[in-house]
Amino acid sequence: MDNYNPANLLLLLVILFNFFLLGSSRLNACIRSVAIQGGILSLLPLFLHGFSGHSLILAGGAFLLKGLAIPFLLLRAIRQVHIRREMEPLLGYVPTLLLGTLATAGAFIFSDRLPLIEIHRGSLFIPVGLATLATGFLMLITRRKAITQALGYLIFENGVFIFGMLLAEAMPLMVEAGVLLDLLVAVFVMGIVMHQINREFSTMNTDQLSSLRE
Amino acid sequence: MIAALLLLPCLGGLAAFCLPSDRFRPLLLPVCGLGHLVLTFLVIQGGQGTPLSLAGNWIAVDPLSRLILLIVSLLFCGCSFYAVGYLRYRIAWGNRIFVSCLLIFLAAMSLAAVARHLGLLWVAVEATTVASAPLIYYNRNRFSIEATWKYLILCSVGIALAMLGILFVAYAALAGGAQVSLQFDDILRGAASYSTPWLRAGFVFLLVGFGTKAGFAPLHTWKPDAYGEAPGVVGALLAGGLTSLAFLALLRTLQIMEAAGDGAVAREAFLAMGLVSLGFAAVFVIRQPDFKRLLAYSSVEHMGILAIGVAIGGVATFGAMLHLMNNALTKGVLFLSAGNIHRRFASKRVGEVQGAITLVPVSASLFLLGFLAITGSPPFAPFISEFTILRGIFNGGHYLTGGLFLFFLAVIFIGMGSTVLSVVFGTPTERKGDPDYRETMVTTGTPLVLLLIILFLGIYLPEPARKLFAEAADLLEVRP
Repeated sequence: MDNYNPANLLLLLVILFNFFLLGSSRLNACIRSVAIQGGILSLLPLFLHGFSGHSLILAGGAFLLKGLAIPFLLLRAIRQVHIRREMEPLLGYVPTLLLGTLATAGAFIFSDRLPLIEIHRGSLFIPVGLATLATGFLMLITRRKAITQALGYLIFENGVFIFGMLLAEAMPLMVEAGVLLDLLVAVFVMGIVMHQINREFSTMNTDQLSSLRE
Repeated sequence: MIAALLLLPCLGGLAAFCLPSDRFRPLLLPVCGLGHLVLTFLVIQGGQGTPLSLAGNWIAVDPLSRLILLIVSLLFCGCSFYAVGYLRYRIAWGNRIFVSCLLIFLAAMSLAAVARHLGLLWVAVEATTVASAPLIYYNRNRFSIEATWKYLILCSVGIALAMLGILFVAYAALAGGAQVSLQFDDILRGAASYSTPWLRAGFVFLLVGFGTKAGFAPLHTWKPDAYGEAPGVVGALLAGGLTSLAFLALLRTLQIMEAAGDGAVAREAFLAMGLVSLGFAAVFVIRQPDFKRLLAYSSVEHMGILAIGVAIGGVATFGAMLHLMNNALTKGVLFLSAGNIHRRFASKRVGEVQGAITLVPVSASLFLLGFLAITGSPPFAPFISEFTILRGIFNGGHYLTGGLFLFFLAVIFIGMGSTVLSVVFGTPTERKGDPDYRETMVTTGTPLVLLLIILFLGIYLPEPARKLFAEAADLLEVRP
């Protein structure tokens, strides 16, 4: 377990950012914390698999995309549409924080019961991955702004990335690169759609998007 | 050959992006569509004896890939001619992004069809999402923004869940002490020793993830919006191409479960999803006031039929393979003719669109015939495939499933019928709409050709085609 220690510290930081994201209303800060979270995650392959070519490229690519390019796109999107805060989320900040805490606690309890292999037992990767997935889901369902929903999706992807760390040998570099590229393009397209939503409705709240229903 | 198949639409997309003329750019579509179709036939022909593979077995063509490739290519080729006519009508809107995205969409679909590596399959399927989102937004109004946003968020999150499922499958290998690899042949070889709980968890996530993309109820909520707001040609490609592809991804997970000796669980899940989808479709089809949304629920229904066919197995699997093709081409007929009607009336609501048969006679007749075909009326091919699935259900002794299947199909026939008939017949409404709109050879020719293929397949199934479907079905029937 000892060689996991630096990685464990990073994972705890990831959890702290999860809580911050659930509790903060300032979009700028939210985007920056998703960026830092992505940056922290991109260091994980180095601690987990050493300084091999594979992990260096993966870490570098993830850092460039998750830490720099995607936040840049999102920051540009909110600058263009002049919004600063998430007003009235569907569920208040305190209840979402409480739910997030419960989900994190649940993740730790649940991952103790999973049939993990010996070297992963007691590791923080699985509970933190689950907790991050839950945070992403909470963001997706409780926030109204298109941008916070996109952030929820990114946090969700971060959770998947943490899981992926345990299985680096299964994921060839080409595929990792493809995954990251897809993510980048998806966020790029989301940014464009946000801009259009804002132009059409002069708000970015997705509850305006409710004319299509049965 | 496969490399050419994948590169052609990519290069076409690039060329479309660089070409400055809105008038000539759409002509790239039929060029690439025809080229793609020819290459597809070559791949199918050449693939009988030697297995074609590329890039360290990450890309290979098996019978299932051949079938899906043929479906996608046929449908796209047809739609590419139609798109020329459509884009000429919409010349003022520009089409640089539209044409490029269509071609990139084709490239991504082809890649997903031949991917032999779960990671690559995932990348390709996600690429289809991002390439098709701008296509849905082509009409540039508040409704199409809403549809695009829902599509983008729901499908992206769904696909992220599928990625989690893929990771769980890899973890199942790790926990079972097997070789950890996502190459599909490696998985099939090692699946017997995979850890069962992780594999099942992976299956559930893959089912939900790719099921969102295929649009099984209750994960279908993006479908009516996207199909309703996208141009007809995009609706045809989504309902015929994209969903077939997502279904292929689901069939791959079924293959893995079969190889692991856990196929029964997977088939039960497919059966449940299928029946729920049929039920949802039946409820929402009745009194549906919007004829493009109606087609979306029909798409949910047919995904359900496919899932049930595969779940029952035996002769029903053959029926499902046949139905994949029939559903895709018939959806092409329906969406393309519905698009023509929509443009003539500038509305897609039932009260505002009436008597289409007097104003756009060819499109309206095609729409009516397409409706008869999709609901399983003889002599069209969906009748054969649905009947085959039904025979499989009753042969297997699943009387309850069979009864529900027939009941839902009857309800959907009546529900769809009342909407379609009131659109096609009656006194024409002239309140708004575009009186200058004329049907042209390309916009009615394409659905007509697709309908003729459906009719032909319904009357006579040529031996090479039968073999194609049978081989694809055999792949799913291999039991350890």
